[in-house]
Amino acid sequence: MTTAETAAAPPAASAHGHAHGEHSPHLAHHFDTPEQQFDSGKLGMWLFLATEVLLFGGLFCAYTVYRAMHPEIFHWGHQFLDVKLGGTNTIVLICSSLTMAWAVRCAQLGQTRNVIIGLVLTLMCACGFMGIKYVEYSHKIHMGLMWGTNFDPHLEHGAHSQGGAVAHAPAAAHPLEATPPAEVSTTKLPTSNPVTHPAKGETTVAAAAPATLVNEPATSATAKPGQPPHAETPVAGAKAASGAVVPATTAATDSRTTLADAGVAPVGLAPPGAQAHEVPRPKNAQIFFGIYFAMTGLHGFHVLAGMIAITWLLIRTKRGDFSPEYFTPVDLVGLYWHIVDLIWIFLFPLLYLID
Amino acid sequence: MIALLGKLFSHPLGQFAAKGKTFLLPAEKSTLAPGIDALFYFCYWISIFFFLLILGLLVGFLVKYRRRPGHEAQETIHHSTPLELVWSVIPLILMIAIFVMGFRGFLDLHTPPDNCYEIQANGQKWSWTFTYPNGYSDSELHAPVDVPVKLTLSSQDVIHSLYVPDFRIKRDVVPGRYTIAWFQATESGESPLYCAEYCGTGHSEMNTKVVIHEPGEFEKWLEKASDFIKTMPPEEAGKLVYQKRGCAQCHSIDGSPGIAPTFKGLFGKQEHLQSGTRTVDENYVRESILQPTAEVVVGFDPVMPTFQGRIKDPEIEVLISYLKTLK
Amino acid sequence: MTSPHAAVGTKPVREIGAPPAELNYLNVTHGIRSWLLTLDHKRIGVMYLVSTLSAFLLGGIFALLVRTEHLTAGKTIMGADFYNQSFTLHGAIMVFLFIIPSIPAAFGNFVLPIMLGAKDVAFPRLNLMSYYLWVTGALCAVISIATGGVDTGWTFYAPYSTSTSTSVIPMAMGVFILGFSSIFTGLNFIVTIHKLRPPGMTWFRMPLFLWAIYGTAILQVLATPVLGITVALLMVERAFGVGIFDPALGGDPVLFQHFFWFYSHPAVYIMILPAMGIISELVATFSHKHIFSYKFIAFSSIAIAILSFLVWGHHMFTSGQSALLGMIFSFITMLVAVPSAIKVFNWITTMYKGSVDLKTPMWYALIFIWVFSIGGLTGVFLGAMSIDVHLHDTYFVVAHFHYVMFGGTVMALLGGLHYWWPKMFGRMYNERISRVATTLVFIGFNLTFFTQFIMGSRGMPRRYFYYPEVYTPWHVASTIGSYIMASGFFLTAGYMIHSLFKGKKAPMNPWGGATLEWRCASPPPVENFATPPTVGDPYDFHQVEYDPESGSWRHKAIAT
Repeated sequence: MTTAETAAAPPAASAHGHAHGEHSPHLAHHFDTPEQQFDSGKLGMWLFLATEVLLFGGLFCAYTVYRAMHPEIFHWGHQFLDVKLGGTNTIVLICSSLTMAWAVRCAQLGQTRNVIIGLVLTLMCACGFMGIKYVEYSHKIHMGLMWGTNFDPHLEHGAHSQGGAVAHAPAAAHPLEATPPAEVSTTKLPTSNPVTHPAKGETTVAAAAPATLVNEPATSATAKPGQPPHAETPVAGAKAASGAVVPATTAATDSRTTLADAGVAPVGLAPPGAQAHEVPRPKNAQIFFGIYFAMTGLHGFHVLAGMIAITWLLIRTKRGDFSPEYFTPVDLVGLYWHIVDLIWIFLFPLLYLID
Repeated sequence: MIALLGKLFSHPLGQFAAKGKTFLLPAEKSTLAPGIDALFYFCYWISIFFFLLILGLLVGFLVKYRRRPGHEAQETIHHSTPLELVWSVIPLILMIAIFVMGFRGFLDLHTPPDNCYEIQANGQKWSWTFTYPNGYSDSELHAPVDVPVKLTLSSQDVIHSLYVPDFRIKRDVVPGRYTIAWFQATESGESPLYCAEYCGTGHSEMNTKVVIHEPGEFEKWLEKASDFIKTMPPEEAGKLVYQKRGCAQCHSIDGSPGIAPTFKGLFGKQEHLQSGTRTVDENYVRESILQPTAEVVVGFDPVMPTFQGRIKDPEIEVLISYLKTLK
Repeated sequence: MTSPHAAVGTKPVREIGAPPAELNYLNVTHGIRSWLLTLDHKRIGVMYLVSTLSAFLLGGIFALLVRTEHLTAGKTIMGADFYNQSFTLHGAIMVFLFIIPSIPAAFGNFVLPIMLGAKDVAFPRLNLMSYYLWVTGALCAVISIATGGVDTGWTFYAPYSTSTSTSVIPMAMGVFILGFSSIFTGLNFIVTIHKLRPPGMTWFRMPLFLWAIYGTAILQVLATPVLGITVALLMVERAFGVGIFDPALGGDPVLFQHFFWFYSHPAVYIMILPAMGIISELVATFSHKHIFSYKFIAFSSIAIAILSFLVWGHHMFTSGQSALLGMIFSFITMLVAVPSAIKVFNWITTMYKGSVDLKTPMWYALIFIWVFSIGGLTGVFLGAMSIDVHLHDTYFVVAHFHYVMFGGTVMALLGGLHYWWPKMFGRMYNERISRVATTLVFIGFNLTFFTQFIMGSRGMPRRYFYYPEVYTPWHVASTIGSYIMASGFFLTAGYMIHSLFKGKKAPMNPWGGATLEWRCASPPPVENFATPPTVGDPYDFHQVEYDPESGSWRHKAIAT
């Protein structure tokens, strides 16, 4: 494919000055005909889309597993998703697919100006989608409805959650909650796992308030070992209190009074709490938001990538690269965009329309 | 069926040492071990047969048909459906047979009988704790012979796996859920117990032993062991707690450094913590056991799991007594 | 980009005049830029070969460290933490940087277009990008090693991997990027085989190596994205505490295992299918006889590819999945053994009444059949659920997978390397020394790993820094074997590199192969063929005859 004179570098489509009158400058030299090149590109893009489906498939699988095992988490969590916003986004994306398909058709017909219009409209729809996404995300972040240890719902404006909130305490470790008697069931334990990141100052640890032990549980828990204490107990400052506070301030005095009896198990990460909402908050409710952000986040990332690709197409269209003989990139990006839309069409009901 | 296979296919040496070790497998010390071993040797002999067949043909052909002057490749058929069927179907039948026997053995391993003696087994980095029905906890697994024993397994931190080669049992110990294993030992004695799921620095040190008692001995052992706090002087009882609750895995008593600070000379000293210094007194010890990652000694990682809910205050008290003796 | 000798105008694109003598893909342009920015599949293949073999060296050094540590039951040359890192890095480097890419990316890239009769792969720029993705992944791995290494085992099980303080995120990022390198290579090969076959090259005239590459490519494209999402979730969990695998945050650690093995089981077939493809070529060529039962071998590659998606749970029989699920996995595992057995019997039957030439590539092919049979048969033990309970996470498993991955894939790679070396570099290596090296590798390999079967069934768990003293003799034997094997590899590297400078010039067809790559010069010109070859049966050895004068085989009755 190269001669002694030219370097092997330049892409096949450009930079050869001789006259091969019969074939388009876009025909790469390892292809025999433009049809073969176009077919190859199409097949390649379909294969790539298959990989995208499998990539999201893993997340859909996680969704299925968790929803099957803990439907209550999903029933509780979805009420914080605004169906109107999500529905609007769905319509926006469907429109963008329409404008994209139209752009592809115009490219096929050689109507350059309409291609540009179509691409611009698609891009605008995508921006709209991301804008609404931004609104939704910031609302959730503001309300503390986030994943994992960042889950800290303040559901009344300004008020902090009632009980069981995650204290951002440095690494207090938590064993199995229930001291296992012989009749224990084989269901999952409520919580465990002293997961620590010692190298980091930040905590990512399940640190439900050992501080909650300060008050009620010392009495109530002895009656029912293994049951998480009712989280209505106003654990003042439970959120702010860090586990480390306890020893330092009380070291001088008898610190035994601040730690529960050794035989009493501590509370887990996210004990259930009665809320002002009609659906009581289930344990480990943060799982819903972990999945929500993972799925919509990955999808949003793909929308952004699509927007970059469409912008690139716009530049090339303006440059006059495309014609009825060669519009492959428009076609292929169109395919990609349709898959991105399709994935959202699955995400929307699964996350927003749980009923 | 499996027993029949056992008779047909046990390794010849295995016949001699029916309960003892064979060359390839450890001693058979549980009721399920012989069945599993029988299937193992069934696979073994099938493997030997096919391997010798393949090797024989390979060597035979490369000798007989080696390239030499005057010897040309001969034309043969390029395909033979009957031959293909033969060497597809026969292995397929063998594979299915092995599958069926394996599945049945697996179900046996996972179906504890109704009248099991139940013991809680808890794994943590890097030790095992076995809690008996009377509440006593020990680092060794003791059980009576000829009695089915059910283990309810749980983990403090990461995934471990309880493995007793002699019993042919293995079960992952997963944080956040309970898993079950069961066995019935057929002879008294000791067997090693390993952790079989990689869990960090001390994974290969997370070993203990299974002690199977003759009839009547187990109850005596349990009674004596459970009472150790009442019957022994506090310092000795504390030493037992140190050994049996897993402290010994990480804390030395002779001053040698390890994953955790040594206990030698610990009590009463000024300890350098990441947040300042403190005197090691009774409160410090208690807190270190119940909230170990609240304060971490300089130069060590916060890897100690908490014993909150798993240890009793009398045990902590005798442990403190013991620590005071370690100058 | 055609030769200045080409007539312009009426000739079809592919008809190109003969290049000047001595001008081939290696020397047609010079300078590092011409290599780093090349779009020539042959140069990309060579770069991959050098890179993956370098990774093999690095992974091998970690292996030797591990084995040396095991000379004694206690501490020998390192502490427990360094040991844990050593076996992790050995596994991760070998699996992700070496075994998965090597045969497809190095030999697939070089040989596939030529064997197919095409001028290049479908997407040459994507091909180059795949290579740079590999390099980036390798850099991430190096960064991880430099910033604390990884000690999770190559399997990254949660919650240990989400809580350890070692440098998991860079390594996971490296794996993610390497995954995309693999995906794009597979994508490229699928499109090439579907769309770039010249007239006359029907599906059933393709050499079996191409069927193997095709099956592998399907696995690469469909399975690797799941690895991508798995390590992405792992990274996100470590960085942001999302909690999908962490039980303290409501997650499920066994879910990680399902995700991980959903990819990693097909991955092992990505490793072995191309190797089997090479063996088909070697056995046919060096028996000088038509491969026996072409269609069954071709279809068995596809069957293995499909079935491989359905068996991942056999890595998890003890992990807490339900017995019913385990049963399904065990059953299908037993089924997937059958196509592999079919291949072994077909290869042996190919030798029957052939004319067997015991050159080095054929030695490696025979070693493969021996060693892969052992590996495959021991897989049966592991597929039986009750036996697996005893053998899981012991050295028996370690021995099994080294027999199939190392004894299988690496032996086939060496066979392919010796087979295609003259084609790729135009030089012959020294046959006598190569047999010495082959012997060392064979003896060393078996000593290293057969002892491990015995250790494992006797109860020795894996990933153990300290081990019970009773296993010491086995470990010592295994370590000695590893040194013997390493010496064989170093010797191989020695005489191969030496041949580049001092080796005899290679003829067009030194072995008498009938596939298309033996009909172009050694090394090939940039455009692969001076005139497009006519496509026939790739295993019809009547077409080739030996010419004593030139010391080469050649096709009978060819115009050029």
